[in-house]
Order: sequence, then C-alpha cells, then structure tokens
Amino acid sequence: MAPILCMRGITKHFPGVLANDRIDLEVEEGEIHALLGENGAGKTTLMNILYGLYEPQEGEIVFQGRPIKVSSPHQAIGLGIGMVHQHFMLIPVFTVAENIILGLRSSRGLVLDMEQVQRRILDLSERYGLGIDPNAYIWQLPVGLQQRVEIIKALYRGAKLLILDEPTAVLTPQETRELFHILRSLAQQGTSIIFISHKLNEVMAISDRVTVLRDGRVVNTVLTRETSQTELACMMVGREVVLRIERPPPAPGEPVLEVNDLHALNDKGLPALEGVSLRVHRGEILGLAGVDGNGQIELAESLVGLRRPTGGKILVKGRDVTGSLPSTLIRMGVACIPQDRKAIGSIGEFSLAENVILGSHDQPPFARHGLLNRQAIRRYCQHLISEFDVRTPGVDLQARALSGGNLQKLILAREVSRPHDILIAVQPTRGLDVGATEFVYRRLLEERQNGKAILLISTELDEVLCLSDRIAVIYEGRIVGEMRAEEAVAEEIGLLIAGSRREIGIGRRDESRSTADRKNSFAKETRERV
Amino acid sequence: MLETVFNRLFLVTFLASTIRMATPILLAALGEIYTEKSGVLNISLEAQMLTAALAGFIGAYYTQNNWLGLLLGMLAGILISLLFALLTVSLRADQIVVGITLNLFALGLTTFIYRVLFGVAVIPPHVEPMVEVHIPVLSDLPVIGPVLFQQKAVVYLTFLLVPIAHWFLFRTTIGLKIRSVGEYPLAAETVGINVTRTRYLCILLSGLGTGLGGAFLSVGQLARFTDNMTAGRGFIALAIVIFGQWKPYRAALAALIFAAADALQLSLQAVGVQIPSQFLLMLPYGVTVLAMIFVARRATAPAALAQPYVKEG
Repeated sequence: MAPILCMRGITKHFPGVLANDRIDLEVEEGEIHALLGENGAGKTTLMNILYGLYEPQEGEIVFQGRPIKVSSPHQAIGLGIGMVHQHFMLIPVFTVAENIILGLRSSRGLVLDMEQVQRRILDLSERYGLGIDPNAYIWQLPVGLQQRVEIIKALYRGAKLLILDEPTAVLTPQETRELFHILRSLAQQGTSIIFISHKLNEVMAISDRVTVLRDGRVVNTVLTRETSQTELACMMVGREVVLRIERPPPAPGEPVLEVNDLHALNDKGLPALEGVSLRVHRGEILGLAGVDGNGQIELAESLVGLRRPTGGKILVKGRDVTGSLPSTLIRMGVACIPQDRKAIGSIGEFSLAENVILGSHDQPPFARHGLLNRQAIRRYCQHLISEFDVRTPGVDLQARALSGGNLQKLILAREVSRPHDILIAVQPTRGLDVGATEFVYRRLLEERQNGKAILLISTELDEVLCLSDRIAVIYEGRIVGEMRAEEAVAEEIGLLIAGSRREIGIGRRDESRSTADRKNSFAKETRERV
Repeated sequence: MLETVFNRLFLVTFLASTIRMATPILLAALGEIYTEKSGVLNISLEAQMLTAALAGFIGAYYTQNNWLGLLLGMLAGILISLLFALLTVSLRADQIVVGITLNLFALGLTTFIYRVLFGVAVIPPHVEPMVEVHIPVLSDLPVIGPVLFQQKAVVYLTFLLVPIAHWFLFRTTIGLKIRSVGEYPLAAETVGINVTRTRYLCILLSGLGTGLGGAFLSVGQLARFTDNMTAGRGFIALAIVIFGQWKPYRAALAALIFAAADALQLSLQAVGVQIPSQFLLMLPYGVTVLAMIFVARRATAPAALAQPYVKEG
C-alpha cells in the first residue's frame, strides 16, 4: 500500500535548539502510527510543522502522493490533515454544531444552516460510534466527549489523516478504552492516525507501528507487534529505565492531617466538596485518585488556606486549622506543590532566588525588620539549585524562563526545604518527561522515609498506584473508595474514578465481600448499595 | 381637568424624550456589543461620540445639511475607532490605557477646535433642528402616536437596527466568526478565521454606530455643540453593554431605562420640582450604578475580552 504521508529530512531550528534534525516519517493509509518520545524530543514540533504552525528550514512533505507546503492550519485542514490538540480548540459557550462549522461556508450563504449541519454531525457520529449530540454546549460535556467533538470537527472537514497530541492525558482509563475503540474504527474505515504519546503501554495497545524520537532525531521505526515496552523505553530515553519504583515497606506513624466531613464550594458557587474525610499519617503517602474536576483542586485549596470551607474540619497535628490563613498553615508545617506550577506555584517575572523564598520571605535569615537580605537569599537559592539539580544559568534568571521540569524541581525544592510535616502534592508530574518524573517520585519517597505525611492528588492512575501506601478515590466531591495499595486493582479504581461504584458491587461481588471483611470503607459502601 | 391634561402631556413628553434620548446611547452600545463580542474592550466610545458630535455639527453648520452633518459624524467616529484599532489590535497596546487616552484627547481636541472655529459667542451658533417624521395613521394614535411614531428618522433607524444586529450576530456565519474570535481567538485562527481582520471590522463598525450616535446628539437633538456635551454617555453605553449581557435586545431595554432616568430628571426640572437640579442630574448615573451592582455579577463577558491576540510561530 502506498503511504499517505511521507515526511523526509525535516529540520527545524529554534534559537539555540535543534528541535527536529533530519526527521523521516512515513504513515500508511489506515494505519495507526505512534510517535513516541519524551518531552522535548521533537514530537509536537514535527506535528506542528505538518499542521502548518511552524515552517521547517529543510525537508519535504508528500501527502497523498503530492508534495505539499503547509503554511497554516487552515491550509492543512483543506488538504485533509486534522489535528486534535492537547488543549482543545473548542469554544465552551458554543454548541457542538457551532464549533464544528466555525469558519466553514454555509449552504445558505451568509445565514447559518444549523439543521443540515446537525444531520451531518449525527451521520458521522453514528458511523464511527462517537455518541455526539450536536446541540449540546461544549461546557456541558465531559472531557472525553469534547475530545470526540474535536475528532468529528476534523472528520467533518474531510480529514484523511488525524493527528492526536497526547490524547489520553486528560482521559480516565474507561474513556481511553473508548477512544481506542473509536480510533480502530476510524482506521478500519481508511483514516490514518498519528498518535503522539510518551506512554508506553498505550502505544503498545493502540498502534500498528511506532516511530521513536529522541533529542530531535528518529531513533527507529518499528512494528508494534515486534517490539516490547522495555525496548521502546530504552529507545526513548537512551538508557535502561526502571519502570517500577522501588518502595520500602511503609511505617506509618500518628496522623498529621485529618479532614473530617469537609464541604466547600467551587468558583461558580456550586458544591465541590460534599463531605470529604481523609487521614494522612507520618511516613505514609495517601494517593487521591480521580478525574479532573471532581473536587481535587477545591480540596487542595482548602487544605492550604486558599479556599474557605463551608463545613467540616481540618486538623493539622491535632489542631483545628479550618479556615486558617495560608501563612498560618505554612508555619504549622503544611507544604504544597500546587497543580499549576506557572499560575500558582511560581511568579514568572520573579527571579529564581525570589521564588524560592516565597512563603518564608518574611522570616530570618531572608528578611530582618522588613528588609530583604539579598545575599542570604541568593546563597540559599544556589544551595537548592545544586541539591535539586535545577538546570539554570543562575539564580537571577526569571522563573518563567525555566522548562517545566526544572521549574517543578524548584518548587519542590522550596516546599520540602522549609520546615514541614505534611506535603500536599497536586499533579506533581503533569507534563514532565520520564527523567523529571523519576526525580519527583524519588523525592516524594524520600519525604516519606523522612517521616513526612504526603497527600498525593493525581489524575494519573499509574502514578497513584506506583507511589501510594493507601489510595482514596474522589468522585463528585466525595470519597467513593479507600483501600490499601496492595489491595488495589487498577480496573476497580478506574471504575470508581468514573463514578460507577454500583457496577463493581454487582460485577465483583465476591471480591468486595472479602475486602469488606478487612473493614474497607469502600467495600462497605458497595455492600450497602448492592 | 387641568390636572389630567397636564399629567397626560407630562407622560407623553416624558416617554417620547425617553426614546429620543435612548437613541445615541443605544447606537454606541450596539457597536460596542460587536466590538466586545470580538474580544476588544473599547472604552473610547466617549471620545468617538464627542468627536462625532463636533464633526457632525461642523458638517451640518457649514453645508446647511443635517444629513451631511451626520455623515461627517460617522466618519469622525470611524477615524477615532481606526486609531484605537491600530493601537490595540495591530500594535497590541493596552486597550484600557488607549481608551482613556483617547477620551482625554477627544475632550481637549473638540473644545479646542470648537473655540477656534466659532469663538466664544453669547448666543452660540446652531443648526436647523431635524424634523420629526410622522408615520401616517400610526402617529395619530393617542399617547402611542406621539411617543413612538413622531420621532426623528435616526430614532426609527436605531430601533430597527436592534433586531438586525441580533440576527447578524447570532444567525449568520460572520456573527459566529465574531463571537468565536472573542471567546477563543487561537481556535478561530486554526480554522482559518482572521482574528485581526475580524476585530478591525467590529471596531470600525462600532465607530460608525457610535459616530452616528454622537452626531445625532449635536445635530439631531440639541442643534448645537457644547463642550463635553456627551457628558459620559459613552461610558453609560459601556455599562449598558454589560447590563444588556452583550445582547442587542437587552441592551435596547437597558438604554431605555437609562434614558428614562435622564428624561425624568429633565421633565422634573422643567415642571419645577423642588429638588436641587444638581441632584436630579445625578439620577441617570445613579440608576446605572445601581443596575451594575445587581446585574454585573451575573453577566459573563466574552472569554477573551480585553486580551490582545498574539499570533504564534
């Protein structure tokens, strides 16, 4: 079969970086082709070139047998190349249909022809099993469905080649499985798919072939059925990697953080937490699993004093700190790695030195009588930078100039280097590559060894499973399950995350009985419901 | 007997002037709805109106033709808005700062030009007042006739524009484009919509409407120009856009409420109510403040409002 896409010798320099170095990529018709690589390996750059967002300095692109030059996404779409970005290009206040026809001609000239559009969307939706209602507003849809709207948007415009940029990053395991099903059905009906990812298991599960990128170069292109996760990991990182982190047995001490029946509202004034109770002990990592938007952010904000709970209690080392100011909580020994390192975790315009003292900026030795001691601050920053391996030319660099991984290391350094008893880590590895992720994991486990209590809030199930001693699942502002890590089954948690505890109870009755015997609260819940 | 006639007359005058006075604000607000829907917060409405008021007056005065005056007013509105677009969309300057600057600039400029051209006269120069157009049959109806169907042509045009503005914004492909640019310009750009061009279009359209509103103020209503004669109407129009939640019909309603407050204070002054006139003058602005307190919290602005768009790559 003739390839639908041939990229040959693609080279792209950015100031100081060679992002793509003579890259060759071939995609067959109806093939699911995975593009695997760490962050910064050049995957997204390559796809942005194909999609017309960047212009390559060298190389040629042949699409459907014809050499093409793409200078804008609009042009790419016209040629039959569609892309589903990590951040959806959808307008929340528009309906599905409005989003899909945006920028297209209408059969009725100036006037929108919504009925005809809706029919076509329903046709496409049915053909590929997408289950999309053209009249729904985007903001009403869960992330998984929004992603399908993006897919329909591309298909509606006649996409023959679909690029998916880390599509599973925002999905639950169930949604991921559904997405894979859709992708297979698309491929069977002739659509070619480029699947960008750094997750090995997914690449193994969905792709026909894999092209591995490292440092802007193609390492190899292999048939998926002829390779293995270990081999791919080795190609991707360039060395042997330990996929499982070694975890010494837990030795939990007394509870440091206790949350009792906590209630809080979200920014829209709607209930976000509806009676959350948790307990985190010294020397233990409690992993809180759940899909984005189920109250995790509100919980974290309540715990660090950024959100006033409407009910319930928060105790730190036995003292009631409900509704305390962040400064009080910091002094009480609460440290936090927030979910968004750029928006909340750091001040982009401040230097690294200024950033590492945030929170202790009014404490000696950094400040005396309201005056900053710049020398002490710089020395301290220097010390953290070397201890936490932050790659930077110096302490005076603006924080926003750091890469994601390095900025995260800096924030981690700031938080754990200040006296603290509990660390709340929200999405600590979001967007980090394997190397940086490994670093963060090691540090979190070190914290645990040092007798700190750690609350790990993450939407990455693998992360929760790999680090936690106990796992709690949050769904719609409630803890819907809690279990010891060694009892945890990924599948079960996956269902809990999606809010279907009833099904588990029915489908795995025996198992939930046995867990009930161990006085597991999750099982009690299920049993009550069955 | 006298009492009832007086009351009825009072009511008719009050309602008719409400509609007349709502016209310039509504014109400005309709334009601003388009601008803001495209993601640009143009607070220089006041500057556009005031400049257009002077330009319109000059045009009407020298050509002895009110229509040419209105045309010149619209041109002035477009010119100021072009300047605004150039600075904020193309050069990506801060929209608020540019808006404030233009407002102050227009205040000084119009006063200066007016003095240079007309000096300080005891009896200020004026133009021929615009005539009311009586709609046959309908204008003979009691109360409704004089209130709704004995107005100036611009008034009819303005209120006809309301459904048109609504239809265009919510039922056409261009309207969809405009709204998408104000919500998520990057998404709009990826499907081939030119963000810069769309924003220019909206800003200039707004200049046209606001210009007509300003010129109507001087040429259509007062038949003369006075320093700072807009007296904050451009800002009221901004409030009305929010109060009207970026929807033309609601904005029309909001404009009528504000104008009613304004007309009421004028009518009360004319009747000679024993309230200090300074206090009465505050009425429309007070109403606006109150309205904002109750409505502003519920309103959701276009997501990309006031954010300059920087193209990638």
